Amino acid sequence: MALQYDIVIVGGGGAGLRAAIAIGETNPKLKVALVSKVYPMRSHTVAAEGGAAAVIKDNDSFNDHCLDTIGGGDWMCDQDAVELFVNEAPKELIQMEHWGCPWSRELDGTVAVRPFGGMKIERTWFAADKTGFHLLHTLFQTSLKYNNVIRHDEWFATKILVENGRCQGVTAIEMRSGILKVIAAKSVIMCTGGAGRVFPFTTNGSIKTGDGMAMAYRAGIPLKDMEFIQYHPTGLPGTGILITEAARGEGGILVNKEGYRYLQDYDLGMPLDIEDPKHPVKKSMELGPRDRLSQAFIKEREKEKTIPGPFGDVVHLDIRHLGKKKIDKKLPFVRELTKNYVGIDPVYEPIPVRPVVHYMMGGIDTNIDCSTILPGLFAAGECACVSINGANRLGSNSLTEILVYGARAGQAAAVFAAEHSEINLEALEKQGADEYKRITRDFLQKDGGSERIATLRKEMHQVMEQSVDIFRSESGLKEACNKIEELKDRFSSILIEDKSLNFNTELTSALELENMIDVAESIIFSALSRRESRGSHQRTDFVNRDDENFLRHSLAYRTEAESRIEYQDVVITKWPPAERIYGKEE
Amino acid sequence: MSESFELEIFRYCPEQDTEPFFKSYEVPFREDWVVLDAINYIKDEIDGTLSYRWSCRMGVCGSCGMMVNGEPKLTCSAFLKDYPSRKIRVEPLQGFPVERDLIFEMDDFMNKLTEVKPYLLRKEGEEKPLEEGEYLQSPAELAHYKQYTLCINCMLCYAACPIYALDSSFVGPAAIALAQRYNLDSRDQGRNQRQEVIASHEGIWECTFVGECSVVCPKDVDPAAAIQRAKVSSTLDWFKEMMIPRSKGK
Repeated sequence: MALQYDIVIVGGGGAGLRAAIAIGETNPKLKVALVSKVYPMRSHTVAAEGGAAAVIKDNDSFNDHCLDTIGGGDWMCDQDAVELFVNEAPKELIQMEHWGCPWSRELDGTVAVRPFGGMKIERTWFAADKTGFHLLHTLFQTSLKYNNVIRHDEWFATKILVENGRCQGVTAIEMRSGILKVIAAKSVIMCTGGAGRVFPFTTNGSIKTGDGMAMAYRAGIPLKDMEFIQYHPTGLPGTGILITEAARGEGGILVNKEGYRYLQDYDLGMPLDIEDPKHPVKKSMELGPRDRLSQAFIKEREKEKTIPGPFGDVVHLDIRHLGKKKIDKKLPFVRELTKNYVGIDPVYEPIPVRPVVHYMMGGIDTNIDCSTILPGLFAAGECACVSINGANRLGSNSLTEILVYGARAGQAAAVFAAEHSEINLEALEKQGADEYKRITRDFLQKDGGSERIATLRKEMHQVMEQSVDIFRSESGLKEACNKIEELKDRFSSILIEDKSLNFNTELTSALELENMIDVAESIIFSALSRRESRGSHQRTDFVNRDDENFLRHSLAYRTEAESRIEYQDVVITKWPPAERIYGKEE
Repeated sequence: MSESFELEIFRYCPEQDTEPFFKSYEVPFREDWVVLDAINYIKDEIDGTLSYRWSCRMGVCGSCGMMVNGEPKLTCSAFLKDYPSRKIRVEPLQGFPVERDLIFEMDDFMNKLTEVKPYLLRKEGEEKPLEEGEYLQSPAELAHYKQYTLCINCMLCYAACPIYALDSSFVGPAAIALAQRYNLDSRDQGRNQRQEVIASHEGIWECTFVGECSVVCPKDVDPAAAIQRAKVSSTLDWFKEMMIPRSKGK
């Protein structure tokens, strides 16, 4: 029997929880299902460190936050979405404060802010260097107040259900029992996060497999701007564990093997002495945007100025001059992580770091109200592309984004649910039966099969790392197209040893791999089609930005064989395309 | 392989096995590997049927708690090199019903967490409107409760708690620490509402202050101290009630 709700939210991270609370506050009579493949507090929002941006201090302005974001995104952001985001941001962060978020404070008791990359003024609110952890737990704990939100923890969503041209629910596997259920609803919100696990070296946790993106893609909804992958410049070698940008916001510096602050050679300004009270200079050097810093690392490696290590070359992030007291107060997690995972105490030694896949600027195409082209389906957070991040997200904008657009998606889905009451249960159950058959036939009762999940995943990782790296070329991407089609083909021979129902994580791993291969396909084809260099998408064969042809979002549609790429104009309101300027007067 | 490492892993799938058993796996020994890396190796390369939880592999999501040689550990932070005998036994966290293999049931904790009302409560009419900005809170006021905000709900403290092992109605370390987290927050006015659960028979008074919860806590939350502080506050409540009789009217 189908479960029936007014609204289903898939994903229990920051965006999903914020949406759930927004519905609870808007209309407590609406029955909401929060479906998540992990307990909500395990969601990867938990790993965000540095902070959340919003204009709050007297020296700041909405205009500056907009312009920093748009320039940071290399003019690929939709400016109406950015303006809305910047305007709503302070209210959302104050709301988090009212819900108990333990923001770090100034002596006078007001919330403190810190500088961040690409931001002209310090506007990043923070809770030490565990901001995502605190936001997630505050949201999760606050959500427990709302009786109308029914959690389905450890339920794995498999398919978006469409009837009469409207999204009317999802199917999901209750992992404990292994039973597949239809969850019918008048509207559905996807909040499933990013897909960093498409790559081998990433800051992302194992759960970030692009499930919502893939489900939407298979339901005929385009994925927007998928070629824009953020490499964070400071990940720990080997594990890919994130060392927050806040380390540089607090004054940390990046040096090559000669101890030289190499960023000065890459059009990011000139360094000030670390003792200079004006250090660190905002929008300059170590506080440049992430795309430019990661690209600088690659160039530095080509010059053989990086430091060889057992897990590839590194540079050094040096925060020793901040002193133990400041490190313990502002960056305690950095110290904990480096001590545990690379055996280095940053109070006494520099931290080895290298660029690491961190964030997807692209995602499910939505408009400013978080709705997709499929009526009744909404999306918010990293799985969506609204788009405020353009070709390169600024650090500390994404935590705010999940709040602003999570709330907005909740409100929009509530309005939609109120206006569309009819649900075709019979048809949905028929679709559920078909989905059950597919999962049984292709996985649980499949005979034979020869391809190990881990083998296909490894091959996908290799091709993504080689061809959709920080610098890309047509030949590499074309090879990747062939490879991904080969992997899709081989996936049909997947080997499933576990035929049981109870908490079958081999089945869910296979479904995640299927999702990742679809997401990888959309990334590769989008990257191949964008014959220019912009933000995080750098082509060695098309080295310049080409506004005339490519000031447009890519839209990847699924077809039988490959992605079909279409384009859609970027929304420009007040800020015509211009040069990105770092390290000098704007 | 040059050097190897052996893991004896607790296996149990309720629809197939009448009772749990241990299965032994040999993996390569690597200096930089944590226990979770070894388990992932088993899943990927040796036996796809092994089930367990994990995600962030950086000690903050709280998913991968297991018993390693009888001790509750986050397996993403427990290094193979710290087990010089090159052999370990891995089991699900103790004290909980087993769902399958290394996966235990969390339902009880989720219910208890909900019962202690882990959110800011303000008295009716004393909510500050958003337009008026944040509640002021000094760094000292923040420091007063900050430690108790650091709980990642990994359940290691429940696995270590001898009281919870005997009587699962005990509210338990993490849930009490989180109730204290809000009780001690200068913005909160809801302590009385939480007392019902916290000061009940199943609440703080059941704790005999063994302190194992604080020993195993990977985030130094010190739930044992939270429980002791709550006991002192509750005693003061009782004392005030007795010494300063007040009207019980509304």
